[in-house]
Amino acid sequence: MALLSISEPGESKPTVHAIRKRAVGIDLGTTNSLVATADAGKVQTLCDHKGHCLVPSVVHYSNDGTVMVGDKAVEKGSSDSRNSISSVKRLMGRGFNDVDYDLAYEITENADGGMPIIETSAGSKNPVEVSAEILKVLANRGEEELGGELDGAVITVPAYFDESQRQATKDAARLAGIKVLRLLSEPTAAAVAYGLDRKQEETVIIYDLGGGTFDVSLMRLEQGIFRVLATGGDTALGGDDFDRAIINWIISESGLDEKLSYDRRNAITAVARDAKHALSLDEKTEVSFENWSATLTRDTFNNLIDQLVESTIKACRRVMRDARMDISAITDVVMVGGSTRMPRVRERVAEFFQAEVHTEIDPDQVVAVGAALQADVLAGNKYGDEVLLLDVIPLSLGIETMGGLIEKIIPRNTTIPVSRAQQFTTYKDGQTVMSLHVLQGERELISDCRSLAKFELKGIPPMVAGAAIIEVTFQVDADGLMEVQARELSTGVASSVVIKPSYGLEDKDIEKMITDSFTSAAADKDARALQENRVEAERIIEALENALVEDGNELLDDNEIELLNEGITKLREMITKQDADAIRTGAEALNKASLVFAGRRMDSQIKSALKGHTIEEYD
Amino acid sequence: MAITLTESAARHVANQLASRGKGVGIRVGVTTTGCSGMAYVLEFVDDLDTTNDEVFEDHGIKIVVDPKSLVYINGTEMDFVKVGVNEGFEFKNPNVKGECGCGESFNV
Repeated sequence: MALLSISEPGESKPTVHAIRKRAVGIDLGTTNSLVATADAGKVQTLCDHKGHCLVPSVVHYSNDGTVMVGDKAVEKGSSDSRNSISSVKRLMGRGFNDVDYDLAYEITENADGGMPIIETSAGSKNPVEVSAEILKVLANRGEEELGGELDGAVITVPAYFDESQRQATKDAARLAGIKVLRLLSEPTAAAVAYGLDRKQEETVIIYDLGGGTFDVSLMRLEQGIFRVLATGGDTALGGDDFDRAIINWIISESGLDEKLSYDRRNAITAVARDAKHALSLDEKTEVSFENWSATLTRDTFNNLIDQLVESTIKACRRVMRDARMDISAITDVVMVGGSTRMPRVRERVAEFFQAEVHTEIDPDQVVAVGAALQADVLAGNKYGDEVLLLDVIPLSLGIETMGGLIEKIIPRNTTIPVSRAQQFTTYKDGQTVMSLHVLQGERELISDCRSLAKFELKGIPPMVAGAAIIEVTFQVDADGLMEVQARELSTGVASSVVIKPSYGLEDKDIEKMITDSFTSAAADKDARALQENRVEAERIIEALENALVEDGNELLDDNEIELLNEGITKLREMITKQDADAIRTGAEALNKASLVFAGRRMDSQIKSALKGHTIEEYD
Repeated sequence: MAITLTESAARHVANQLASRGKGVGIRVGVTTTGCSGMAYVLEFVDDLDTTNDEVFEDHGIKIVVDPKSLVYINGTEMDFVKVGVNEGFEFKNPNVKGECGCGESFNV
């Protein structure tokens, strides 16, 4: 049933529409950002009065508190680079320690949490605040075009963005006063833009080489529905790195001192970028910086960047492997991001996938176009053939178990939204509190994974170890944000946490985490076995010791007690060693040795329970 | 029979009349269109003319219907619903035999 609104007298249209919602799609990029809006499938990218559609993702802060965004900020940046913040997307949701590359501005570490803080002459700014300034400009553009306050926006993020990076993006939107209809992954948006949903069955690669991030996504289209089969990439590879390749070439060719001032570094970056753009069209270009100049040919440039291009191909290969799919299955490749204009990139991608490479839609705009189409649907402006999108989580999510191991609850590449539950139990007699540690990663030991949150479930009724049943539920919504709940089933006491990860955690590169999990699979398996056996052995020792204190003197003679104590000492010694098998056999032996004792305890408990009662009472 | 409003629909109509600053009620009707034959019309009413139109009142809101439309929508209850970010009025019309998929038009 369509929803109606009341019209002015005589103005009812033959088909009565609900109020048209003002919704936009925003591509919040590392280098450039863009806003677009869709009406009944027709998309318009929104430009300024000069006809510039791309907004450089640069924010300039002046001494007097004036904030400039986009082209004006870039202009200011050439003379005042310390107050011109570019590529802030790379800092979103990251810790200070994650920033191991050069920036043209200064950052310091936030006192509480390690979030990077940008020092400008207008004061300290965090990445979320800077991003919000860019979003405000884009939202304004949308409001002007649509004639009123926005009802919502779809903002795109790289498929590889983890929970904290997504949360930071949402925070920035909230700060800018934008209601986020959904965070959409960039490759998914690109597929929507190309209208691939209207095709029957396709297997598509989205190759997105933007200003600062590289994403490759393998998507399957079935009956008009997108499914992301696998994603890969590098959160710190993009056009900036190709610029750097030219900068390094200029420095080595011209004999400049590598330690450039902020302003000179900014100027040389502009020269490098111009050269890169020229080489997408021409075979050679003149490069000049200050008093020095030289010719850069496309061949030389290709040599400079081959390693970078190859690393993207490597990521493509890994995605195919993750999905256990042969390259021949790929029907189309969609190119996204300004860096895919480089002829070398197109060549290598076409060569690798042996498929047609699509570049019809402006690679800078394609993501915003898809976001706009999606925003239109989510805002409720389109009632018919709605597009359903399925995304995946980039890294496995799990919980710490005894012995510092991670139990994965939701494996990597599971489509979201998703909800999974698993049951755990108490480890000690009378345990009333359970502390839960939520982690993200592919490895077996928690020290190799990324910590997301810790919380406690209190009020578990005291029971013997293993009797309480704690159900832990992981729920990931369509935006990739997660809620973890722990519930004791007999009483219903529950505790939960919504993952709003602190920004300062050691955020190792996701790609590295995945490769590490492959290279250290065998070692991880052994480490897990050792830890599991240790935990089990300790549990047996503790149970036996408790029993000995309670009933030992009553039910066992001195000889029997001594034998069991000896067994305990021996097992304790084994636990300190690295032999997993020995610990297991030792634990089994001790368990067996204590069987007689356990039997007697059982009998004695039944006797005392029946004491003073007649058999008739139990009829 | 009559046209009725749910409490929530009446509240929203009253609010919209108040923020508009004029008007005495709403007009509900049908018009021929769409894939399934007919669509609803929903307008503000500024001048009440009872010579041709039927006027109902529910929850203090005057509802004006032309006699031709009434045969198609008599007994309809008008509701105000929210679906996600989308909100608006919905008609529960007992006369409807079929609707097009989008719900914009119907037949009797």
